[in-house]
Amino acid sequence: MKTRTVKRPKSGSPRRPAGAAAAAPARRRPAKLWQLRLYVAGQTPRSLTAFSNLNRICENHLKGRYDIEVIDLLEQPHLSQGDQILAIPTLVRKLPQPMRKIIGDLSDTQRVLIGLDLRPAR
Amino acid sequence: MKARPPLNNNGSKPAPPAARLPRCLTGILGLDEITGGGLPRGRPTLVCGGAGCGKTLFAAEFLVRGAVQFGEPGVFMSFEETDAELTSNVASLGFDLAGLVRRKKIVLDHVYLERSEIQETGEYDLEGLFVRLNHAIDSIGARRVVLDTIEALFAGLPNEAILRAELRRLFRWLKDRGVTAVITAERGREQLTRHGLEEYVSDCVILLDHRVHDQIATRHLRVVKYRGALHGTNEFPFLIGDEGLSVLPITSLGLNHKVSNERISTGIPRLDAMLGGQGFFRGSSILLTGTPGTGKTSVAAFFAQAAARRGDRVLFFSFEESPNQIIRNMRSIGLRLEPLVQRGRLRFHAARPTLCGLEMHLATMFREIAAFRPAVVIVDPITSLLTAGTDFETKGMVTRLIDFLKGGQVTSLFTSLTHGGHALQQSEIAMSSLMDSWLLLQDFEGNGERNRVLYVLKARGMAHSNQVREFLISNRGIDLVDAYIGPSGVLTGASRVAQAAREKAEALAGQQDATRRKRELERKRAALEQQIAGLRTEYETEALDLRRADEQAGTRMRVLTAERTELARLRQADAHRAAVHAPNHSQPRSR
Repeated sequence: MKTRTVKRPKSGSPRRPAGAAAAAPARRRPAKLWQLRLYVAGQTPRSLTAFSNLNRICENHLKGRYDIEVIDLLEQPHLSQGDQILAIPTLVRKLPQPMRKIIGDLSDTQRVLIGLDLRPAR
Repeated sequence: MKARPPLNNNGSKPAPPAARLPRCLTGILGLDEITGGGLPRGRPTLVCGGAGCGKTLFAAEFLVRGAVQFGEPGVFMSFEETDAELTSNVASLGFDLAGLVRRKKIVLDHVYLERSEIQETGEYDLEGLFVRLNHAIDSIGARRVVLDTIEALFAGLPNEAILRAELRRLFRWLKDRGVTAVITAERGREQLTRHGLEEYVSDCVILLDHRVHDQIATRHLRVVKYRGALHGTNEFPFLIGDEGLSVLPITSLGLNHKVSNERISTGIPRLDAMLGGQGFFRGSSILLTGTPGTGKTSVAAFFAQAAARRGDRVLFFSFEESPNQIIRNMRSIGLRLEPLVQRGRLRFHAARPTLCGLEMHLATMFREIAAFRPAVVIVDPITSLLTAGTDFETKGMVTRLIDFLKGGQVTSLFTSLTHGGHALQQSEIAMSSLMDSWLLLQDFEGNGERNRVLYVLKARGMAHSNQVREFLISNRGIDLVDAYIGPSGVLTGASRVAQAAREKAEALAGQQDATRRKRELERKRAALEQQIAGLRTEYETEALDLRRADEQAGTRMRVLTAERTELARLRQADAHRAAVHAPNHSQPRSR
């Protein structure tokens, strides 16, 4: 299985159609591919912290079955509307359904895991 | 959406001092007058109020009018309603949001926040909101921004400390961007807003309120704060009508409407004569009070007819009778109103007073007046509206109506129904002070009949009759006749006619008597003259006799003397003695 950790702040087609993105991997491993999207606004220390925290958590808990897309709203402001982004940084779990949002720099690993449904809330 | 004609409420425009804050016209009817030119430009304004106060509509109208009337595009960021909901909600006010969005005049952005979907992990800020707003502003070059209701964020975001810090930054940022912003907020229990937003938005705060009094709900607007500017601080009723909000200043900001010296006829010549011979002043307000059935509507209709025939346009607000009924009834007293209606000179507007609240009536009247632009407005009767509001409110409404009409040099006639009895004049005092002229129609009951009389109680600025006139309505129209005032009081109707007949009889008798006396005198004079003539004849006879006797006596004397002389001469003996005794006498006689 192929692991993709993509950081695409300057992607030409910033948002892949959600249906297409979900359909192809879902056939192979249903409910197993984690599609995550991290919204940041510029390369601030907080967004870098969030990104590295996210990478760490994914490597530890989702190794090999996640896909991270980083969207810089300063460059693509129109994307903030689609996922209703207000807080920065925001991590959106597009897949598996239902959609989850985690705001903050992801420094609290326990809460991130709860937010991503990787660990039941205590 | 059609542009609304600008309302010039009192004919005055506040002169803009050079150093005052730049304003941003809202286009909301009346609000720009209260605030002296609109909201502070380039600054955020807080609009707070309870549920259903019209906050969102206020904000939407501010934005739509900005885009349509003032060429200022706007961003509507909604935290509660979706774009579709918002569009359909404001469509009821005639705002085509979807069209404005298509023409890139307005951007709608619905911010949706669901707490259950959000997990907070560590530090964050609201840069996403800023980016989003910034993007929306830039996409159409917006000058106006609405955030409705940003307090929803308090429910959606767990960390209030961060939120407050970010809101402070947001309002600062809005100011820096130079957009005029309207931020709506829920009314809090002890403070203006539930989450104390007034702490951040301190330039202008407007409070909306919706109160129910006697089962009739009225909305009120108050400018709580307007930094660096004079503003009306009163509570002003406002309405949400077909064309958006209208704020109605209770008292106009000044009493400085222009006045006219032109006089217009009342349509009743004798009444004109009572009013200094020329009728009312153009642009004045006239109150016509009377007990039921005294002919108030008839007087109003005559006034309307006279104005319409003169070429003025007349708007007749009827709160009791339907237009057709008025036309029919007036035909019975010789008024033909129908042709005037057909020619567009006379327009009726009939509504039941209980149809809606006072403010709604007032707004409807304003709209009708603005649309028809009449020179004369008749409200028949104004007292019906009392049922739709309290005395105080009615007075406020009449004041505003009169101000509005006077501002436009419209002559207004209000009929007022008083209930019989002693308090006839007292009951209207609240309203009468607003009126320039006041006519009173009254019933006189006596000798088994009722008769109408009319007084002119006051007529500012003109000499007017202080006498009572009997008021007659016949199929030829209205006539005013002098009532008989005598020792037994005022006599009207049959008593007056009887009195007049009696007087006529008396006068006739007197005349006959005089003639008779004259004849008598004449006769006496003739008799006297006859008598005088007789006396004179007698006198002349006597005088003639006297003269004759005189002559006879003289003759006799002469004869006697001559005889004596002759005798003496004949005797001669005494000639010498006679010469000695009377030398002086006898000598010349002898010579």
